[in-house]
Amino acid sequence: MAERYKTAGTNVETTVLGADEIILNMGPQHPSTHGVLRVKLRLDGEKVVGSECVIGYLHRGVEKIAEHRNYQQFAPYVDRMDYVAAVSNGLGYCEAVEKLLGVEAPPRARVIRTILTELQRIASHLFWLGTHALDIGALTPLFYCLREREEILKIFEKYCGARLTTHAFRIGGMQYEAYDELEKDVERFCKDFDKRVDEYEALLTENRIWVGRTKGIGVLTADAAIAMGVTGPVLRASGVQWDIRKAMPYAAYDQYEFSIPTGKSGDTYDRYLVRLEEMRQSRKICLQAIEKIPAGPILGKVGKVLKPPPGEIYHSIEGPKGELGYYIVSDGTTQPYRVRIRPPSLMNLEALDQMIRGHLVADVVAVIGTLDIVLGEVDR
Amino acid sequence: MNDTIARSILVVSLVKVVVLLFLVLTAVAYLVWFERKVAAHIQGRWGPYRVGPHGLLQPLADGVKFLLKEDATPAGVDRFLYFSAPLLTMTLAISAIAMIPFGPASIHIFGIATPLVIANISVGLLAIFAITSVGVYGVALGGWSSNSKYSLLGGLRSSAQMISYELSLTLSVVGILLLAGTFNLSELIMRQDGYTWGHLPKWNLLNPTFPQILGFFCYFVAAIAETNRAPFDLAEAESELVAGYHTEYSSFKFAMFFLGEYASMITVACLASILFLGGWLSPFPQTPGLDWTRYLPAGVLAVAGVALIIHGVRYINVFGRIALPVLGVILGALSFLCSQPGVIDDIQGPFWFLAKVLFVLFVYVWVRWTLPRFRYDQLMRFGWKVLFPVALLNVILTSLAVVMRK
Amino acid sequence: MSGNLAQAYAPLLIHLLVALGLSAILLILSSLIGQHRPTREKMQPYECGITPVGDAREPFDVKFYLVAMVFILFDVEAVFLYPWAYVFRELRWFGFTEMLLYILILLAGYVYLWKKGALDWNPSKTQRDRQT
Repeated sequence: MAERYKTAGTNVETTVLGADEIILNMGPQHPSTHGVLRVKLRLDGEKVVGSECVIGYLHRGVEKIAEHRNYQQFAPYVDRMDYVAAVSNGLGYCEAVEKLLGVEAPPRARVIRTILTELQRIASHLFWLGTHALDIGALTPLFYCLREREEILKIFEKYCGARLTTHAFRIGGMQYEAYDELEKDVERFCKDFDKRVDEYEALLTENRIWVGRTKGIGVLTADAAIAMGVTGPVLRASGVQWDIRKAMPYAAYDQYEFSIPTGKSGDTYDRYLVRLEEMRQSRKICLQAIEKIPAGPILGKVGKVLKPPPGEIYHSIEGPKGELGYYIVSDGTTQPYRVRIRPPSLMNLEALDQMIRGHLVADVVAVIGTLDIVLGEVDR
Repeated sequence: MNDTIARSILVVSLVKVVVLLFLVLTAVAYLVWFERKVAAHIQGRWGPYRVGPHGLLQPLADGVKFLLKEDATPAGVDRFLYFSAPLLTMTLAISAIAMIPFGPASIHIFGIATPLVIANISVGLLAIFAITSVGVYGVALGGWSSNSKYSLLGGLRSSAQMISYELSLTLSVVGILLLAGTFNLSELIMRQDGYTWGHLPKWNLLNPTFPQILGFFCYFVAAIAETNRAPFDLAEAESELVAGYHTEYSSFKFAMFFLGEYASMITVACLASILFLGGWLSPFPQTPGLDWTRYLPAGVLAVAGVALIIHGVRYINVFGRIALPVLGVILGALSFLCSQPGVIDDIQGPFWFLAKVLFVLFVYVWVRWTLPRFRYDQLMRFGWKVLFPVALLNVILTSLAVVMRK
Repeated sequence: MSGNLAQAYAPLLIHLLVALGLSAILLILSSLIGQHRPTREKMQPYECGITPVGDAREPFDVKFYLVAMVFILFDVEAVFLYPWAYVFRELRWFGFTEMLLYILILLAGYVYLWKKGALDWNPSKTQRDRQT
C-alpha cells in the first residue's frame, strides 16, 4: 500500500507506513471538510494514527494583492478571507491601518463597529453551529441557525447594502451613517435571541447521541493549545481565559461588561458550550451598546490619500474564530510594502492532527467541524 | 382442484398484484413527498411547493427526472453485480408487502371473493423477515461492485449493521409469537381483538398478559437501523462516507435504492402496526355508546375535503385553485361513500390500518430530522450490548408471564 | 394439501415475478432514454476530486467477518426460539425451563464474546492483545 501510494506520485509520502496502515483521502471535494480542505488520513483500521492537511486550493494571494493596491483599495479584499465573518475582517484591517496612520476612529464609529462586529460574531457562530451539527448528523439545527443568521444579515443589508462581503467600515471610521432604526432592529433581534439559543440547546446539549459524539473527542490540553498558537473559542474551551477584547481592548469593548466563557476539558463538547455562551455574551454586549450610541462624526481626520509614515505595525482583534492579526509594513508610499495576515483558522487547523490521533474517521469530521475553519481564510 | 379455478386464482392474483404494486409505488413516491414536507415544517421551511399545488406533483417530476438522467456507469465496475444490486434491492423491498393484510374484509374481483392480502400464507411473518433480510445483499453487492473505496466501506458497514440489528429484530418479535402462537399475520391481528377493562384495546403493545413495550422498543429501533435510516444511517452518512454504498450509482439505479429504502419503511411500519398496534382493529370498542366511531373514516375524509376546498379556492395560482378543490370534492365523495351502509363496515379495517401505518411513518420521519447520527462503533455497541440483551430479556419475561398466566 | 399450498404460495411467486419484471423494465427504460455522454473523468470512481489510486477491492477489516460469524451463531439460536414460541402454550413449564437453559447457554457464549471484546468495534489496546 505504501509503495503503491508513492509511485502514484500524488504527493510525497514521507512517513513509513505500518503493516496494517492505509491512507484515506478526504477532500478536497468532500461534503464535510467545510470547503476545499484536503486531509490525508493514515488509518489503522478505522483509527487515525496520523494526518496531514493539504491546503491552498483556495489560495488567491490576498497578501500579495495588498502590495499593489493602496490602503483603501485593499479593504474589500479582506472581506473575502473569512467570508462568514467579513465585518470582523474589515474591523481588524481598518484598525491596523489607523494605528499605522496614528489616527483614531471617533467614538460613534467605534460603538457602531462594536455592535456590527458582535452581530457578526453571533452570525459566524450560528453558521458554525449549524454546519457542525450537520456534520454530526443533526440536520435541523442548521435551518434554525440560518433563520437567526438571516436577521443579522438583514441588519447588515440595511446598513451597507451587502449581506456577506459587507465592506462595512472605512479606514478612520465608518463609510455610512447608521440608518435610523439600527438600534430598534438590533434590540428586536437580541430580545428573543436568548430563547433561540435555548432552542438549540434543547435539541443538542443533553441529547445523548450528541454528547456521545462530542464528549472526550478531539481533546486539546491548555498547554498544547498555547504551544500550537491556537486562539479563540478553541483555546478558551481548553481552559485558558484569553480574549483580546479583554486583554487588549479595541473598538469600544472597554466600555461594556461581559464575561469570557471557558471550558474545562478542551473537548468538542466544551467547545460547543463555549461558543453557545459566547453568543449569549455577544448579545449582552449588543444590548449594552445600543443603549447609548454617542452622537458625533463617523469619520476621523484622514485624508483622501493615505500615506502612512514608514514603519511597521501589528494589530489584532478577537475574531469569531480567534486572533485575527494584521502585520503591515509601510514604506511611506500609498501602497503597503508588505501585509501579513494571521488568520485564526490556519493556526487552529494545525492542531487538527494532534486532536484526531487515536480517534475514528467519523470523529475527524466532528473535529474539523469544531475547529470552525473557513478555507478562504486558511488559504487566503 | 380443476384448471378453471386455478386459472381464475391466477388472474385474480395478477390483478391484485398489479394494483398493489401500483399503490405501493405511488405510496413510496408520496412518502418521499410526505417526508420532505414534514422535514420542512420541522425546520421552518415550506418544502416542495413549485411542482403542482403544495408540490403534489413533485414525486412525478422526480420520477421523470431520474429516468432522464445520464446513466453513468463507472469504469471498473463488476457490471453484472453492479446492475443486479439495485434490481435486487427494489424487487425485494416491494415484494415483502405481499404478505401484509390490509383489512379483514374480502373484495370481489370478477365475482371471486378474495381477501385484502396477496399471499395469506401460514408463515407470513417468517416470509417477510426472509425477504427483507435478503435485502442486505443488494447493499453489500452494490458497495462491492462499484469499485470505489467509499462504496465498499459504506456497503460493508451497512451490511454489518443490518445483520447486527436483524438479530434484535428477530428476537423482538418472539414475545408476540409467545402470546399469539401463530405466524400468520391475519391471525396475529385477530388474536389482538378485545378490550381490557372494556376500553383499553388488547393490542400486543398493551397486552394484558405481558405488555410488549420492551418488544416494541426493540422492534422499532432495530427496524430503523435495518432500513438504514437516521440516526442509524451510517451507510450513507454523507458527511463521512460521501453517499455510502450508492456513491457510484446514478439515474434510475440510484432511484431504485431510494425507492427500496422507502418501500422497506412502509413494510416495517405495516408490520409494526400488525404486530404491536392491532393492525386493522379499531381502538374503540364497538359498544352502542361508541358507535359513532364507525363514522370516523368518513368524518376524517370529509374534514380533509372541506379543508382542501376552502384552502384551495384561495391558492396562489390558477392550477392550484382548480386542482385542490377538485381533490377536495373527490375526498368529499369518498367520504359520502364511506358513510353508506354497505361500505362503512368494509372501510373500518383499511382505515385504521392505514392510520396506524401513517403514524408509525410519521414517527420515523420525526426521529430522522431530530436526532444526530450515531458513530459506527457506538451503533454496533448499542446493537449488541443494549438492544440484544433487552430483546432477550423481553423473551424471557414474556414466556414467564405466559406460563404463570395459564 | 399440495393444492392449498400452491394456492397460498402462487400469488407470492406471481408478486415476486411482477416486481422483478417491473424493476427490470424501469432499469432498462432509464438506460434507454437517459443520455450517455461518457468521458474518462466522469467514469472514474469518486475520490473527493483526487485521481483514484489503486483498486478499491482491497482486503478489508477482519472485524466485518467477526460480526458476520457472531451474527450467524446468534441468529441460528434466535431462529430456534421461533418454533419453540409457536408451541409454547402446550409445553408450559417444561418448555420454559428447557428454553431458559438454552438461553443461559446462549448467554454464556455472549458473555464470553463480550469479555473477549468481540462486540466492541474499537477494542482498546489491551483487549486487542487479548484477542490475538
